[in-house]
This record gives sequence, structure tokens and C-alpha cells, in this order.
Amino acid sequence: MTFRARHLLGIEHLAPEEIRTVLDLAETYVDLNRRTVKHADALAGMTQINMFFEASTRTQASFELAGKRLGADVMNMSVAHSSVKKGETLIDTALTLNAMHPDLLVVRHPASGAVDLLAQKVNCAVLNAGDGRHEHPTQALLDALTIRRAKGRIQRLTVAICGDIAHSRVARSNLILLGKMENRIRLIGPPTLMPSGVADFGCELYDDMREGLKGCDVVMMLRLQKERMDGGFIPSEREYYHRYGLDAEKLSFAKEDAIVMHPGPMNRGVEIDGELADDINRSVIQDQVEMGVAVRMACMDLLARNLRAERGRQAVGVMV
Amino acid sequence: MTTLLTNARLIDPEALTETTGSLLIENGQIAALNGTTPNGATVIDCGGKCLAPGIVDLGVKIGEPGERHKESFRSAGLAAAAGGVTTIIARPDTNPSIDNPETLEFVTRRAAEASPVRIRHMAALTKGREGREMTEIGFLLDAGAIAFTDCDHVVTDTKVLSRALTYARSLGALVMGHPQEPGLSKGAATTSGKFASLRGLPGVSPMAERIGFDRDMGLVEMTGVRYHFDQITTARALPPLERAKGNGFDVTAGTSIHHLTLNEFDVGNYRTFFKVKPPLRSEDDRLATVQAVASGLIDIISSMHTPQDEESKRLPYEDAASGAVALETFLPAAMRLHHAGHLSLPQLFRAMALNPARRLGLPQGRLAVGAPADLVLFDPDAPFVLDRFKLRSKSKNTPFDGQRMEGRVLATWVAGKQVFSAEA
Repeated sequence: MTFRARHLLGIEHLAPEEIRTVLDLAETYVDLNRRTVKHADALAGMTQINMFFEASTRTQASFELAGKRLGADVMNMSVAHSSVKKGETLIDTALTLNAMHPDLLVVRHPASGAVDLLAQKVNCAVLNAGDGRHEHPTQALLDALTIRRAKGRIQRLTVAICGDIAHSRVARSNLILLGKMENRIRLIGPPTLMPSGVADFGCELYDDMREGLKGCDVVMMLRLQKERMDGGFIPSEREYYHRYGLDAEKLSFAKEDAIVMHPGPMNRGVEIDGELADDINRSVIQDQVEMGVAVRMACMDLLARNLRAERGRQAVGVMV
Repeated sequence: MTTLLTNARLIDPEALTETTGSLLIENGQIAALNGTTPNGATVIDCGGKCLAPGIVDLGVKIGEPGERHKESFRSAGLAAAAGGVTTIIARPDTNPSIDNPETLEFVTRRAAEASPVRIRHMAALTKGREGREMTEIGFLLDAGAIAFTDCDHVVTDTKVLSRALTYARSLGALVMGHPQEPGLSKGAATTSGKFASLRGLPGVSPMAERIGFDRDMGLVEMTGVRYHFDQITTARALPPLERAKGNGFDVTAGTSIHHLTLNEFDVGNYRTFFKVKPPLRSEDDRLATVQAVASGLIDIISSMHTPQDEESKRLPYEDAASGAVALETFLPAAMRLHHAGHLSLPQLFRAMALNPARRLGLPQGRLAVGAPADLVLFDPDAPFVLDRFKLRSKSKNTPFDGQRMEGRVLATWVAGKQVFSAEA
């Protein structure tokens, strides 16, 4: 078992064997979470602070539950720009929190790189719960676990990532992870929603959805990030749904057993057909939510082990 | 007072030669090259090190008025002297802007009192650099403005700009513009491409520079104004620049030392000291820009010295301020281009001293009898590791912190007076 990371800032920093370690450990937590008594003590006595500078219900709830099931004391800081509005810088906020001796800091921030910056200033383990358009590592890991459970493997699959790729941190983390695990990745969307330099990503690019879905094992839909847009990326929601909204007809171009994923929250009728999203034979969207808690438990467990080991070494004065 | 500098490697940017010889300073001027030793002259043996005309740095930000905690005329002047910069051409992007003769007279007086090196001032082209009304270009010229620029604020209203350029043309004023299409570059923190996308940072297409160039060039054709493009940093802007020069328009172009020595990947893990404006470019663009300096297509290299305090840089990348201090690192950074074999020392001083002086109508920038004795003595090979806290600038935001550099300034003279010595 290998997991060397001190923080979980992005998939970029993880080796394939570290990704496998997270997924394997998460499997055990899936089992635990299905029992009536869902308690483990991996984080007993530890303090976890969830600091969300950007509104979130699902991710914050998932991290909170994950921490509580592992026995941590969990605190949610409703920082949604409260201290920032008072003029406090991110680093000052971090130093203030650091003085309270948390062990795990879960951070979401609207600026790319903000979580990296914060991690340099604190001496606990930092988990990136989404920074700007950069990364959302636990989402990619939970997606990987969902795929592995549905398909029996997480390599040599053809995975389509569809929609607003330019503004999506979920897409960034997923394409890095899927690339590291040696999958074939297709990016499907209107060219105005493709990131710059996308031709150098080593992915196959499509602006025709039917063409792009041919032969795919996995179809990942992305939320159309309306709130992120300066305006004018697409002509209208209805034209977007017509061309890029996933429905049964478009899905019929993918493999017969292709699964449908969505990181949520969904815009039914914008990027995905409501009925298809609820089709338990194709959609694994609810599984993703379940895997989310297990994966976050695994990540925090592994980071806590490394943190304990590091503190142990410091206590006996071993050079690291 | 007479000083003879002997045994020096004389870097002549006019003749593009390097020869060993001596230089005589008398009455603040270069009195002789390779002449005899007059009686009573102080003789300094340069030990075979390089002697070149002092750098004329076009486009330095100093925090007076408004941001003296970031840089004062005193600190900038000391940094310049230590960096071999003998003439600072200061930018008007202060707070308030230098956009009226009274402010210009104030900063001129302050600079003369406080700085050991020469400081000349540019004035804003439009009031408050807001792009709405032209400044009093005539009065400002009378008060000593050496050129007119709104710095990185692009005058978006083409009508306003065309009138300002027409008016400037009638007075023979030099205008400096920032070639950038502001609609495309709005909100951008990096150059678009794979790196920007993987970092999740908003990027600007390098084409925005070319589009900005084309618009400004159209207005130059229309008005006949003397025009200088402050920073050309992309390959795509070079062919139109070549055409414009070939067609005989009175245009010149500059670039910054950072765009010649760093590329977009240096930003690495969101290192905000590498955030400059325009953003660092791809390696292909960097090499094309270096090549254009070597060929003379790009005339001038500037430090684009922009002091920023720690608070404005210790922020998420998108929120952090742009700019880097460079007065003291300008020459060592330029030596990278020399050591890489891209530019000879005379070529470098052509772009760092001779061409900016010529463009601004200054007598500096030459190693010639009768020219002002503004000189820099340096060792192009002396290695050191840069420690930003040893910089003389009040702000320490250099991208070269901790990096290995080669090239040390040993002494600097302004008007024959020694203003810096590495030993002191």
C-alpha cells in the first residue's frame, strides 16, 4: 500500500499506485457505510475543519459525514466570504485557523491555486474540495471508484467527458486521473466551452455529440456552470440541450452497457434528460454520491496516517 | 576632476565592437578613448572587465506619488545605480497619475533631490489614464515630459486616441502604447494554452497583442505620430512590426527583460512573482522575441520595473498584482542571453542603452568622445545566487529569487561621478 502525500491538493500530484490505494481503502468504507452502525475510529480525537469559501451543500455534507463516521470532531466554517468581506486575506484566515490546531483542513475556494497557497501556510493536512477551475480531486477519485465498481476496472476504457469543460475543475481532475490510469478520453462540447490548448491534452475532441459517444464505456456529463460564465458562450439553453443534452437517443450511440455519470447538482433538461438521469439501469449518479463519502473517508484516513507518522518522527527528532 | 579607466573591455553599441582600451572622463563627459594619461588624473585599472554605456531604462514604475512604501525615488535610484542603470525613464502610472504639469514639476524636483541616477519622466496621454480626455500635452512637454503614455491602460475609445495622437503629432511628441486588445485580455492572468488550462487560470490569446498592434498601427498611419510599442512579446506581432518599419513609419518597439528570459511554465505552482503584464509567453514566443532583438527588429529592452509589496503578491494567482522589480536584476538577467549565445554584449547595450537614448533624443547610450560619462563597469561572468532581501528596492518581488545568476555590476558612474561601487 502506497500513499505518500501530505496534502490532497490535486490528482496531478498522485501516482497511479496512490490512486489505487485510495480506491482499495474506500471499498472497505463502502461496506462500513452500508451497515447500521457506521463507526470507525481512524480520526478519533482529530479535528477536521471544513472551510468553504464558495457555497456548497453536497460536497460539504459529504466531507462532514465522512469525518464524523471516522470519529473526528468536525467543524463547518461558514466563511462564504464573511471574513474576506472584512478585508482579511486568505493567508490571515489560514493562520488564524492554524492557531486552533486542526488536523485536517477541507477547503473550497473560488480562485484556482488558492488551496495550494493556503497549504503552504498551515501545518495540518489540507484537502482540496475544489479550487476555481483548477482541481477537485475527491470528485475524480469517487468517479474512479464508481467506474471501477460498475465496469470491473479503471483502465483501457473509453470515457467521454461532455459539456462545459472550460470552466470545470471536475473535468480537469478527471482527465488527469483517467489519463494516469491509461484510459482513452474524449472531450465533447461546443468549441466555446473547450479550454485553450485542448489540442495538446492528448484527448480526442468532438463537437458532435453522437459522433463522440460512439463506442464509449462511460459518459460523464458536466454541469453547465451558468454562474461562472461571462455570458455568451452558447446561444441558448434550448439549443445547448438540443445539441449537447444527453438523452436516450444520443446515448444509443455509446456502448449498450455504457454508464451515465454526473457530478451534480444536475440541471435537468439543460445538460441531461431527467428520465435518463433516474434510469437505474444506465445512470450511476446516486452511486457517485455514495462513493463520495467512502472516498473522502479513505482520503482523510490516509492523510491522517501520514500526519501521525510525521508528528511521530518529529517527536523523536528523526530527520525527514 | 579627471578619471582614467584603463585596461577595460570597451563595449561599443554603435560600432558593435568589444575592444580592450582606456576611457578618459573629464567634466562629466567622455573626453578620450585610448588616449594618453593626462597629469593629475585618477587612474582606475578595470582589470579587463567590461565597460559599457549606462543602461537607459524606458518604463520604470516608481511609487511617487502615492505608493512610496513600494518604491521611492531614493530607493529606485540606489537600486538603479547598483544595477548599472544610469537613466530611469519613469512611468506616469502613479497615484494620482502624472497627468498635469504641476505633478510633473513635483516629481521632477523630488527625483533630482533623491536619486543618484538621472530620472526623466513620461506623462500620461489621457487625464487620469482613463482614456477619455487628452492631457495638456503642450504644457507637459514644456515641463519636461519626455514621452506620453497611459502605460498598461489601453485607450479603448479609438476616436479619443486618434485625436490625442493627432495633437501629439503636431507637437512632435513621442507616444508609447501598450499593444493589447482589452476585450480579449480582460481578466486574464496567463497566456492561453495547455498550461493555463491545466492550472485553471483565465488566459489571453497571444493574438490579443497582434490585434492591439494592428489597431495602433492603423492610427499611426492615419496621424503620422512618433510611436513606440512598449512591449512586443509574441511571434505573431513581429511580421506586422517588420512591415510597419519597412513602410517607413516612425515606429519603434520594446520588450521586457522578463519576456526574454522567462516563459509561462516558470509560473509553476502559482508563483505570483512571475505574474507580469502582459503574461509570460510560450517558449516559442520567447525565442522569437529574442531573435527579433538580435536582428534589431525590436529596438529596446526595458526592465519594466514594477514594485509590489508582499501583501499584493501573497494572494491567489488571479487576485495577485502584476509586475516585478528589475532595476538590479536587469543586467544579470540580460547576461543569460549573452551566455546562451543569443545576443552579444554590444547588441545587448544597443537595446538597453543606445536605442532608448536615441529614441528619446538623449545624448546617453554611447561610448564616444563628447558623450556624457554615464558608464557601467561589470563582470559578465561573476556568479551569484540572488537573495531578494538584499535588493535595494523597497519591494522585493523578483522572479529571480534564489536563482543562479551570472553578471555583476562593479561600478557605476553618472556624469563622471561614481554613484556605485561593489566594494563599498
